Amino acid sequence: MMREIRAELIKNTVAQLAQRANFVLRQDVRQVLYSAFRQETNARAKRILKAIIDNARIAKTKKLAICQDTGLPLVFLEIGQEVHIAGGSLIKAINQGIGQGYRQGSLRESIVRDPLLRGKPGFVPAVIHVEIRAGDKIRATVLPKGFGCENKSQVKMFKPTASILEIKKFIIDVVKNAGADACPPFLVGVGIGATQDYACLLAKKALLRPLDYTLHVTHYTKLERELLKAINKLNIGPMGLGGKTTALAVKIETYPTHIAGLPVAVNISCHALRSATKII
Amino acid sequence: MSCFKERNKNNLVTRNSMQRLKTPLSKSEIQKLKIGQEVFLSGKIFTARDQAHKRLVELIRKGKRLPVGLKGQIIYYCGPALTPKGRVIGSCGPTTSSRMDEWTPVLLKAGLKGMLGKGSRCREVIKAIKKYKAVYFLTYAGCGALLSQYVRKKRLAAYADLGPEAIYELEVKDFPLIVAIDSKGRSIYVQE
Repeated sequence: MMREIRAELIKNTVAQLAQRANFVLRQDVRQVLYSAFRQETNARAKRILKAIIDNARIAKTKKLAICQDTGLPLVFLEIGQEVHIAGGSLIKAINQGIGQGYRQGSLRESIVRDPLLRGKPGFVPAVIHVEIRAGDKIRATVLPKGFGCENKSQVKMFKPTASILEIKKFIIDVVKNAGADACPPFLVGVGIGATQDYACLLAKKALLRPLDYTLHVTHYTKLERELLKAINKLNIGPMGLGGKTTALAVKIETYPTHIAGLPVAVNISCHALRSATKII
Repeated sequence: MSCFKERNKNNLVTRNSMQRLKTPLSKSEIQKLKIGQEVFLSGKIFTARDQAHKRLVELIRKGKRLPVGLKGQIIYYCGPALTPKGRVIGSCGPTTSSRMDEWTPVLLKAGLKGMLGKGSRCREVIKAIKKYKAVYFLTYAGCGALLSQYVRKKRLAAYADLGPEAIYELEVKDFPLIVAIDSKGRSIYVQE
């Protein structure tokens, strides 16, 4: 049995998620910020972390964007194969939803139509990722990605024989290179495996994983912890002015890969990691 | 967690040692500023980002008049979000300063005295800051909602066609700053 979902409902859901993502900092992100604030010993770093926490509170209560860079909106849709989308184009519905949510929420027009000619910026289009799943529901996520941190993301194609040390060094170097520019403390998304393009997507999707629990503890969980520890020894700190809070979390997503390769992608998120999800 | 809820409604730490500055900054005031110092700025500042910088520098190179007077002024690297109904300004935090590095020395030569943004600057900018006795400030990065509370007025000054990248004149009150590069060319960031 097919379940019909109207394009209009998708539009309204995306509009709502766009605003929630930009106004309300994720609960798990707030949680890691609080615990970083409690543990930070550098006085200035502590003051900056407090400003970040205050900012999230003000944004939520006054319905202001957490950051003026309301990002390039990414929309992730997991569509159940039993779903039939009726009453219009899915892509149009998504972009209209982003446009509506951003306009009504007084967010920022940050998207230029032509990457070379630039021109006056607007709200859309979003970057859309669709996956087909089992079932008859749609899981929609909006992730507004700021470009201060997106600019510092990197991918590297390692040899299949590369050591874990080389891989760790690469990831830590990407964070070092992001430095003060990308609004530390960071959330670091890592994608390992698959192809060059898919590793980048995995790194981005790693940022959508809840920070406060791990479903299955694997050798990657251990690697996440080791990386976080090493990154927090870099003394970059909040705003790059020193302190032990350089990253709030490291999350790794993996996928099988080819015998000849080992792609590793790192997606840096600023401390304002914003996303919102709803199941229709 | 609870400590954030009660106190400091108007946020940020108010400390006895805090120093207030007013624009336009005088020569002696600028020269007294030291890296790491936290100050509160009041008065007028101009926003400008990548595209506005490119245009300003093109005008200077052609010897043409600028749409805004930069002598003694401060540029804030910021592209604010749209202004919600009933508010002065939307979210308005700093953008990455280093993207403006290639244009900054020209603007300093033209009389600009201060820049406000996030992140470090290249060697040429630091040299120019020292040469023209200017100053580079940081403000709380990724805290645009909080910073919008320190803006009293916003006026479009030039380049409306650039949308959020237009030049806006902001009137700020006690806007929180950290001195990052002082007029002696010292930087808060360790140079590699």
